[in-house]
Amino acid sequence: MNEPKSKVMRGARIFVEALKAEGVRYLFGYPGGAVLHLYDELFKQEGLEHILVRHEQGATHAADGYARVSGAPGVVLVTSGPGVTNCVTGIATAHMDSIPLVVFTGQVPTALIGNDAFQEVDAVGITRPCVKHNFLVEKVEDLALTIKKAFYISTTGRPGPVVVDLPKDITAAECPFSYPETLDMRSYKPVTRGHAGQIRKAVKLLLAARRPMIYSGGGVILSGAAKVLTDFSRLLGYPVTNTLMGLGGYPGTDSQFLGMLGMHGTYEANLAMHHCDVLLAVGARFDDRVTGDLDKFCPEARIIHIDIDPSCIAKNVDVDIPIVGDVGLVLKEMKQHLDESDRKPDAEALQAWWKRIETWRAQQCLGYQRDAKKIKPQQVIETLYEITGGGACLTSDVGQHQMWAAQFYKFDQPRRWVSSGGLGTMGFGLPAAMGAYLACPERDVVCITGEASLVMCIQELSTCLQYGLPIKIVNLNNRYMGMVRQWQEFFYAGRYSHSYMDALPDFVKLAESFGHVGIRVEESVEIKPALERAFAMKDRLVLMDFVTDQEENVYPMIAAGKGQHEMELSPEQISPDRELA
Amino acid sequence: MRRVLTLHMENQAGALSRVAGLFSARAFNIESLTVAPTESRGVSRMTLVTRGSEHLVEQILKQINKLIDVIKVVDLTESPHVERELMLVKLRAGGENRPEVRSLVDIFRGKIVDVTPSSYVIELTGTADKLEAFLEALDARHILELARTGSCGMARGEKAA
Repeated sequence: MNEPKSKVMRGARIFVEALKAEGVRYLFGYPGGAVLHLYDELFKQEGLEHILVRHEQGATHAADGYARVSGAPGVVLVTSGPGVTNCVTGIATAHMDSIPLVVFTGQVPTALIGNDAFQEVDAVGITRPCVKHNFLVEKVEDLALTIKKAFYISTTGRPGPVVVDLPKDITAAECPFSYPETLDMRSYKPVTRGHAGQIRKAVKLLLAARRPMIYSGGGVILSGAAKVLTDFSRLLGYPVTNTLMGLGGYPGTDSQFLGMLGMHGTYEANLAMHHCDVLLAVGARFDDRVTGDLDKFCPEARIIHIDIDPSCIAKNVDVDIPIVGDVGLVLKEMKQHLDESDRKPDAEALQAWWKRIETWRAQQCLGYQRDAKKIKPQQVIETLYEITGGGACLTSDVGQHQMWAAQFYKFDQPRRWVSSGGLGTMGFGLPAAMGAYLACPERDVVCITGEASLVMCIQELSTCLQYGLPIKIVNLNNRYMGMVRQWQEFFYAGRYSHSYMDALPDFVKLAESFGHVGIRVEESVEIKPALERAFAMKDRLVLMDFVTDQEENVYPMIAAGKGQHEMELSPEQISPDRELA
Repeated sequence: MRRVLTLHMENQAGALSRVAGLFSARAFNIESLTVAPTESRGVSRMTLVTRGSEHLVEQILKQINKLIDVIKVVDLTESPHVERELMLVKLRAGGENRPEVRSLVDIFRGKIVDVTPSSYVIELTGTADKLEAFLEALDARHILELARTGSCGMARGEKAA
């Protein structure tokens, strides 16, 4: 900004200058009547790059993917009415996973609000339950401060989406502009430092543990605390598990890592949770997909829970030592106490605990039968891991493929795994991959998907061509909505009610019609050559259509209403000598 | 159990619907809710009466606190506090029951604020219990209309919430 501080500007220009002041690089959007002044201003400027999506849902998911990989907030601009309603799924997705998004929605001119004007919808009302906060800008003088607040609220505390509704006349009105440098809101002051006394108590309890367990979630990724969590856990030598959202928060290839926990988590992670005597929960929210039956959850554990959101603590599970604060800051302080303490963990107890864990691990609960001909989806992910050297950034849609990706791709770094964990939004993967690529163009970006999810936002293939986004799409095509079919097989006596896709597109031709490369892979021997071919095409989007074994199931599994120790292994896995939980 | 919460919030458009929406979205129960501006510019005060276990009320307080527009929320229930509610009752009072109604109003320290040959409008303030007791003392058949504000609460003593 070279202009003098309080130059008079139109609202549209203020919008652009404010975004620049916030350091925004990409704006994911779609124009329309109510935002034409804004789009005109975007046309005249340089520095902000606008990515034109093909559907507003794609804009929110792309911004979300960008935010998850870069750590910076994702920014969206859409028009009023259907522009807003199309965004709702993406906003709710970000809200459930605490992803910082700032979504600007056009609105009819202030004089027409409430009149059922063309393309009018109550954006603030419709998005209220699925945002961290939202605003309607009522006069141009409020615009700059509102944008400042939106970015501040979205990115601080527990992050989340913020919607700013911009009536068209506000973007045309003029006022002096200066962007506020600081902000003080009396009603919003997130706590970041943990309570010192609680931290001391927590360290003491951790050191007294005989069967400790560390359970970490998406909060570790959001807070940038992966390194401090890793150092802290290694110092203690305690076992670690990650939630679906927390993968990459602790190195996936480390021997202290027991894999993901929960409904489709590993046997060792879930049993270690069930039998532990002290549980350290870090930036995780005891989701029902993690805990299983709450009455049977961690029956012997004393629980320490660190979270920046007080409402997450003791919501589902009572805890012994709650600590409200930024998980990175709290862990740092805990580590300091540990460094200064004379006490060390009980080595003998820990050794016995690890011995028990190793017997669970020896089950190799993720084992599956490879086939000489049929493509096993697990094998595709394993081969993908090999070919990308574990360094790719993965996005996923929702269902079986999502679980296989989480189980078989080992994430050693945070912000490499982008998946809709809370809301479970099919159609998320492809647009999220666009944002992920823009955040991290030097890395392979792979969208793991299934044929049912992929077609939900397939139109974004067109966006990928326009901006040259060489994403690799791994379509695990089993012709079923795999997870629905799996549940129907297990719990509805195999009545596959409407989970079969009777008419699918030819995905190779589909990719080609959008100007990309399509590869069909039908036999297991072709998996590796196909992936190698695809990844050799550095500057092309390649859609790989893997025709997989139709009735492969995701194991292990905790059925709804069961406890973590009642996890079922795959039929081939159950050995008679396993230690009974 | 019954809980009386009082909250200060930014007097922004939609602030009330954020609180009301929170209660419906999370299936919390609202027994009554009153809201009006305070002596501080831009700040509204709300008194909210809800019911739930201790665990649930703790979650309600945390969720209210999380709303960006909410400056402060206090649970008055456990500490000494004053609670008042205003009620207006329109009563059929056409002759023989008029003296009896007037004496009831006196006993309950109410006021008759509107009179016609066949009806009274009675104003009564007090705790919810007192208002209930007054209504029970009346002959229900004579009640033509009833309006209550819901409870409004404040802690006793010098300290401000």
